[in-house]
Amino acid sequence: MIAQNIGFWIIAIVMIGAALRVVTTNNVVHAALWLVVVLAGAAAQYILLAAEFVAVTQVLVYIGAVMVLFLFGTMLTRARIGAESDLNNSYKKLGIPVGLIMLVAMGLALTDSFGDEKLPESAKIVSTQEISDQIFGPYLLPFWALSFVLLAAVVGAIVLARKD
Amino acid sequence: MFVNQFLFLGAILFCIGVYGVVARKNAVLMLMSIEIILNSVNINLLTFALRNGSTDGHVFALYIIAVAAAEVGVGLGLVLLVYRNKKTISIDDLSEMRG
Repeated sequence: MIAQNIGFWIIAIVMIGAALRVVTTNNVVHAALWLVVVLAGAAAQYILLAAEFVAVTQVLVYIGAVMVLFLFGTMLTRARIGAESDLNNSYKKLGIPVGLIMLVAMGLALTDSFGDEKLPESAKIVSTQEISDQIFGPYLLPFWALSFVLLAAVVGAIVLARKD
Repeated sequence: MFVNQFLFLGAILFCIGVYGVVARKNAVLMLMSIEIILNSVNINLLTFALRNGSTDGHVFALYIIAVAAAEVGVGLGLVLLVYRNKKTISIDDLSEMRG
């Protein structure tokens, strides 16, 4: 339990720092690379939460596929790679109070609801079989809907990005 | 491990993502902030799955990952289209629909 706690805090601090760099850096490629750190940290947190399959999917889909899409998007929309000054709104200071107010509200609600409740000590790792039993059992209809969403997204992306 | 330490991590990442969406003008960077938000939601779902000893949260997290992948695909397609037509992806310059 102690080792897991130490791991949690190290990963959490790295994740928060990297997320702050994603939203503050002046270089789009750097932002994409810091986003990799956030996503990898999230995968590590999923393993701490006994969710192996979701963690592996996170690495495959996010770090593997989504990051390549982001880097391609950066490459195709930017003439030059490097620091830029024109990435933020003129009213970006407004975002700080918005974020802080939301954080305070959520923090109060969380302390009020969960206080010092602990997670179960001996967490059983959820096997892939159990997840697939859920997906292909009670959650089959959303799974079909999701298949159509993905199909529509693939067709739509091709139609949008194609040169006429 | 407390329930709250994971939930607070999710809350902090969510707020950072919201700040990014508000503060950024570049469309690709806005999409990245949205990815941070979706990941913080996933951390919350998996925390509650572990707390309640159920697998439903895992299914939801997987569905969110799939929807996020679709969203990035379509979003970047839109960004490419906007860039091809306007030579910029600054959100502030897209004001044709203003009344």
